[in-house]
Amino acid sequence: MSTANPKNQIIVTDRGDPFELTADERQAIESAMHHYEDARAATIDALKIVQERRRWVSDGAITAIAAVLGVSAADVEGVATFYNRIYRQPVGRHVILVCDSIGCYLTGFEKVYERIQEILAIKPGETTADDKFTVLPVVCLGACDRGPVLLIDEDTHFNVTPENVGQVLEQYA
Amino acid sequence: MSSQINVGIKVDRETHPLTWRRHAAGGAVHTLSAYEALEGFAALRKIMGTDPLELQKTVKDAGLRGRGGAGFPTGVKWSLIPMGPDSGRKYLICNADEMEPGTFKDRMLMEELPFQLVESMVVSAYAIGAQVGYIFLRGEYIEAAERLRSAIAEAKAAGYLGNNILGTDFSFQLHVHEGAGRYICGEETALINCLEGRRANPRTKPPFPQQAGAWGRPTIVNNVETLCNIPDIVLKGAVWFKSLSQGLSSDAGTKLYGIAGRVKNPGLWELPIGTTSRAILELAGGMQEGLELVTWLPGGASTDFLMPEHLDLAMDYDTIGKAGSRMGTGLIMVVDSEQDIMKVLRNLMVFMARESCGWCTPCRDGLPWTLKVVDALSRGEGAVGDIEWLQDMTRWLGPGRPFCAHAPGAMEPLQSAIKFFRGEFEKGIKAV
Amino acid sequence: MATIHIDGKTYEVDGANNLLEACLSLGMDVPYFCWHPALGSIGACRQCAVKQYADENDKRGRLVMSCMTPSSDKTFISIDDEEAKAFRKSVVEWLMTNHPHDCPVCAEGGHCHLQDMTVMTGHSTRKYRFNKRTHANQNLGSFIRHEMNRCIACYRCVRYYKDYAGGTDLGVFGAHDNVYFGRAQEGVLESEFSGNLTEVCPTGVFTDKTAGEHYTRKWDMQFAPSICQGCSVGCNISPGERYGLIRRIENRYHGTVNHHFLCDRGRFGYGFVNREDRPKQSWLVRQGQRDMVGVDAALDAVAGWLRGNDKVAGIGSTRASLESNFALQRLVGIDYYSHGMTQATHELVQLARASQQIKGIHVPTLRDMESADVALVLGEDVTQTSPRVALALRQTAKTRALQLAAERKVPAWNAEPIKNIAQHERSPIFLTHVQATRLDDVAADCYWAHPEEQALLGFAVAHLLDHAAPAVPGLAAEVQAKAVVIADALRSSTHPLVISGISAGSSTLVQAATQVALALLKIGKPVALAQVLPDVNTAGVGMLGGLALEHTLESIETGDVDTLIVLEHDLYRSLPKDKVDAALARLKHLIVIDHQQHETLAKADAVLAAASFAEADGTVVSMEGRAQRYFKVYEPSYYKPEICQRESWRWLHALESVRQGTAINWSQLDEATAELAAAYEPLAAIQQAAPNARYRILGLKVAREPRRYSGRTAMRANISVHEPRQPQDSDTALTFSMEGYVGPQEDSALIPFAWAPGWNSPAAWNKFQEEVGGHLQHGDPGVRLWAQSNEPAYVALPSARVQPAKGKFALVALHHIFGSDELSSRAEVLQGRQSLPYVMAPRKQVQAAEGSQVQLKIGTVTWTLELRLSDSLASGCLGLPYGLLPAVEGGEAELASGGLE
Ligand SMILES: Cc1cc2nc3c(=O)[nH]c(=O)nc-3n(C[C@H](O)[C@H](O)[C@H](O)COP(=O)(O)O)c2cc1C
Ligand code: SF4
Ligand code: FES
Repeated sequence: MSTANPKNQIIVTDRGDPFELTADERQAIESAMHHYEDARAATIDALKIVQERRRWVSDGAITAIAAVLGVSAADVEGVATFYNRIYRQPVGRHVILVCDSIGCYLTGFEKVYERIQEILAIKPGETTADDKFTVLPVVCLGACDRGPVLLIDEDTHFNVTPENVGQVLEQYA
Repeated sequence: MSSQINVGIKVDRETHPLTWRRHAAGGAVHTLSAYEALEGFAALRKIMGTDPLELQKTVKDAGLRGRGGAGFPTGVKWSLIPMGPDSGRKYLICNADEMEPGTFKDRMLMEELPFQLVESMVVSAYAIGAQVGYIFLRGEYIEAAERLRSAIAEAKAAGYLGNNILGTDFSFQLHVHEGAGRYICGEETALINCLEGRRANPRTKPPFPQQAGAWGRPTIVNNVETLCNIPDIVLKGAVWFKSLSQGLSSDAGTKLYGIAGRVKNPGLWELPIGTTSRAILELAGGMQEGLELVTWLPGGASTDFLMPEHLDLAMDYDTIGKAGSRMGTGLIMVVDSEQDIMKVLRNLMVFMARESCGWCTPCRDGLPWTLKVVDALSRGEGAVGDIEWLQDMTRWLGPGRPFCAHAPGAMEPLQSAIKFFRGEFEKGIKAV
Repeated sequence: MATIHIDGKTYEVDGANNLLEACLSLGMDVPYFCWHPALGSIGACRQCAVKQYADENDKRGRLVMSCMTPSSDKTFISIDDEEAKAFRKSVVEWLMTNHPHDCPVCAEGGHCHLQDMTVMTGHSTRKYRFNKRTHANQNLGSFIRHEMNRCIACYRCVRYYKDYAGGTDLGVFGAHDNVYFGRAQEGVLESEFSGNLTEVCPTGVFTDKTAGEHYTRKWDMQFAPSICQGCSVGCNISPGERYGLIRRIENRYHGTVNHHFLCDRGRFGYGFVNREDRPKQSWLVRQGQRDMVGVDAALDAVAGWLRGNDKVAGIGSTRASLESNFALQRLVGIDYYSHGMTQATHELVQLARASQQIKGIHVPTLRDMESADVALVLGEDVTQTSPRVALALRQTAKTRALQLAAERKVPAWNAEPIKNIAQHERSPIFLTHVQATRLDDVAADCYWAHPEEQALLGFAVAHLLDHAAPAVPGLAAEVQAKAVVIADALRSSTHPLVISGISAGSSTLVQAATQVALALLKIGKPVALAQVLPDVNTAGVGMLGGLALEHTLESIETGDVDTLIVLEHDLYRSLPKDKVDAALARLKHLIVIDHQQHETLAKADAVLAAASFAEADGTVVSMEGRAQRYFKVYEPSYYKPEICQRESWRWLHALESVRQGTAINWSQLDEATAELAAAYEPLAAIQQAAPNARYRILGLKVAREPRRYSGRTAMRANISVHEPRQPQDSDTALTFSMEGYVGPQEDSALIPFAWAPGWNSPAAWNKFQEEVGGHLQHGDPGVRLWAQSNEPAYVALPSARVQPAKGKFALVALHHIFGSDELSSRAEVLQGRQSLPYVMAPRKQVQAAEGSQVQLKIGTVTWTLELRLSDSLASGCLGLPYGLLPAVEGGEAELASGGLE
């Protein structure tokens, strides 16, 4: 898909093709298919399986997933671009998701967000030059009593402050 | 670090169907043996071989209402599903998408009491005759996913789940399905589309999921908290469950209430349904030093603001409804005196506009426009007529006009903000 | 039926519809976007809101979406309610927040549903003061232009393309106000029905790229009711012309044939009319030179060859009108007239018609096909030979979904739940062909075999249905198993459909289909039987009698004929080159009447410049035996006086009168039609195919030009500043003018284009219909000619198939939507989509590599062709693309490089 959204999007021309699913990816997708009455239901699982291993989902991956599931590439792309957490652009080694919803807003996430952008010298949607971090906003992480909250890869960080966010980021190589 | 849970209240097996095990275990219950030691799977054993319709009736009699936000009577919902030998394949789906801003209750139940949800699902599946179930979990709940997966594996190995449960001819397969992020996936029909691997646009109702849900088959969708009440209703009965609200409300049972925002000790408490918000605020130790409570959302970003004078109302569906808001998820968000109400509102509208699924016009195109006007007002860039225009929008995007309840939800904080804080809006209009 | 109350008035409506349909059917204006009569309701755009009241005492009411509300008995609504009006106005206002105000440069302007709805709702002042979102566009190939900024996200395009037409390469991407409709990756839209997007999209996102190349506003085009020339289905079209060029083809609504949709061959294949190299004047060839001559000189010269000559023969054409073929027949006499078909083709056509005249058999329209519950398609690759039939069959596949939905009380208009309930459930459709086809995705089962073997499957099915039909001994177990499944499905059906056709050139296939139909009749099923024919008028010409093509060539060889008149026919497409060459070489005079250049025409001694369907009137008969008339769209000489093209029937009649020394008595088409009707009893009804030249509405002729047609006075200013009188049309009830009757208020039987007050887009068709999506108010055009009176018995099994000699393959024809049809393949845009000549072989049976050049020997000819390999092509067969290669004789061929294993 090529939508020119002026904000937050770097249009990537090299989409990382040609692409082939690894045996492990294929197997994981096929086993996810067994959970449902219909193979199409494994679309999101499949996208996540690829993304887990390659950080993002390239054009070639869309076509390959479509072939395994027996659905059209247009349908897979429709799903991939609908959901927030499927990345159709390359991301860094670590994705920092900053909760920007009301609970974290009231407890001051904006300052934390600014501080992250300052430390990494990138804007939301961008990736650091060393390919280490990508920063993105995310909807309420369901921990409003412990905000501001960050989700970095699989780790949830609670009560983050502009002062301690630097230390949080240092944990990642 | 986990939420503060039930701090400062006496938790008892008789009065806390949702959380007593956590208290008794002195923390999370993560193993099957620990769960079994606390009457785990006793409800399942009790219902095996009984008439599912009886079970449905018990839940109906108990007066349990959906804790996902809309408050629909659970037993009534169940009774709409076709039963009998010809009813074919049916599904039970647990709505664990919890993305309503300000809501953090289902996370706790799944991270700390995963077996309780698993048992609840098996029992509920038995009641509606479902063969397959899904826990539709938001992808960001990583610990919950691990806990649930391991609970499912253990329960299955022990014969509580899978084929021929407890040696009977009842079989039930349970899967954890993780989403990929979109608030609208919490809407039950959008959730079904998402589960089927489609774009999560809501579906037309009727037909309701009970008639034609996942893959066109009869399907029940219930919230995590709703379901977690089921085992104790089975064990202790409808009358007991009704009594739990202790006369504070005509509603039955307890509710996981919580509070966040700048209070001293934000947290989560299982309390009789109908407890006042003031009592909840007090459990949290009140506002942080030097802050006043200006306004509050009773149950998520899609509920109307209430004012300090509403703090003494019983937090139940009808009372909060009569006060002009909704109980929603029952997790309170307080706005303090240092906040700029227009910026608070702007934050809510950013969320709502961004999370529109893009299906219907009012929501897809109306919310971004609304956001732009609120944003302009919050920056002093508003135009004459903006307030009246926003008021029109609250009518046009109200219930029944957009396709689903997302856009109407977005209008609730807006309309109440105009009602209570019109002066702030007026301040945002640029002098000409 | 139901009684509903709208703004205080009471109406009787069909209670099965939703309120939007009901209101539109009553002629009221309710704005809408996401609803489409062929796609049903989804309730997404929220444009069609009305106020509904609980009962007559309810004064408050509530807003409901009329498209999502049943029009059940005792419904009380208001369209005029102030709140409803204000809401509807807001909806357009929201849609317009991102819509660029680019109507002046938008190809949709002037026939845009969004424009119409914006005016209808009264939204005229822009309040939105912020930025609009923007998108990038995609190159979708040579048919469709993409301009995503204009999108209002009504979701119609994807619903049409995926759900209706079965396309897989268009989707919706993104979310919230950043939804994008396009391909996953830029590229040519694959569906054979992509062109309908231009009419389905209510705004200018998907527009006709071919029209864009020589763009004209709808109101500046001249239209005529016409018939698509692309195949035998007979879809109704509205070609639009300006300055002597056809600018685009629009769908012309027909309630029982094509209704809302065309195929891409029909929509985009009009370029042959605009070709520069068309004969514009007649010429005589003298000493190898072409001498351009006027009408009289041409007639004089040709008449000189004909007068007193009793060796004159004529070859007709299945792509020419009945009137033209009849005029040729009169000119040369029935004994010297050839219908232009080979012996084999003609027999097949007769067989096909006889099968459809069986007592009790129903010849289905496309609409009828869509409502069948089980279908068997024997041997015909309908996507390629009669594409609109394939689109109909895609709907047939959904009757099961409608049934499942009805069982759950979900009405037929409620589109999304029907899909959800049905999931993968489809009505059983069984397809047989020599290889996989583009329709297989909706098939319950497919069988790929040589046509004669496909026929055996059909005979086996017939026997299983009724044991009185002969059994097929020795059938392979898996074929027998298929037969059992098909027979079981047909036996349990309520509306079975059998489709076959003559494109495989197999009479046993046609007989097998007939046998199945007969067996179904015997067991009491209301069976529908369709036979696909090759050309627009194959069915009609097949009713005119005459000789086979080979016969005429023989007469030339024997010297019985020395002068030949060829009507709209390239003989090299019908018979092998050596045969045609030999015959033509013996002629004294070859006269060709045509509107296209071709090999036969290149050899003519005289060429009479003919009018194409766009410049002529005539009657053609479709595969369902429906006689339909097409009308002249424009008069070419008005723009270029030197152009001198005449309807073929006029040329031929003039020659007849000169030859016989009689007066010209066909001054009007009606006279030709009347004589034809009188001469052929089975064709008597063709006079009713359309209103005659005397027809008037309110005393007026029907205008070909919309009311706002502009620039007429300047149109010929390059020639002369004096505006001449408009061309006069004495042949028909239409005028070349905007003066005349326009619109739907009176029952109009001739509708050149769809326009109604306030409705400039194709949605204006709603106003011409009895009820939306139903029949036209004045009846759907055309008249069915075939009486069902035959009472045939079962045929015996065919004798065993003659297997190809050792080392040889059987040749089978592979048809292509783009390329197999003579006229449309002369359109430049379609040529861009045409395949190069190739030979298709079963992958397992050849050693040569895919894509390599191989030598194919057929009898004495050898061709070097690109090799394509197929996993599904029946073993022992070689496929040749029909129409992309010269005609060949003989059913066998040898592959020089890499033969059978
Ligand atoms: C926009 C929207 C978001 C919703 N999100 C959730 C959610 O995250 N979790 C939930 O349980 N219910 C959510 N709901 C409510 C569900 O649609 C549904 O009513 C609920 O899952 C039913 O369960 P219950 O009867 O047990 O409450 C949402 C509804 C809407 C309209
Ligand atoms: S592209 Fe056109 S048809 Fe498709 S959704 Fe947008 S406006 Fe509708
Ligand atoms: S989210 Fe779009 S209408 Fe509900």
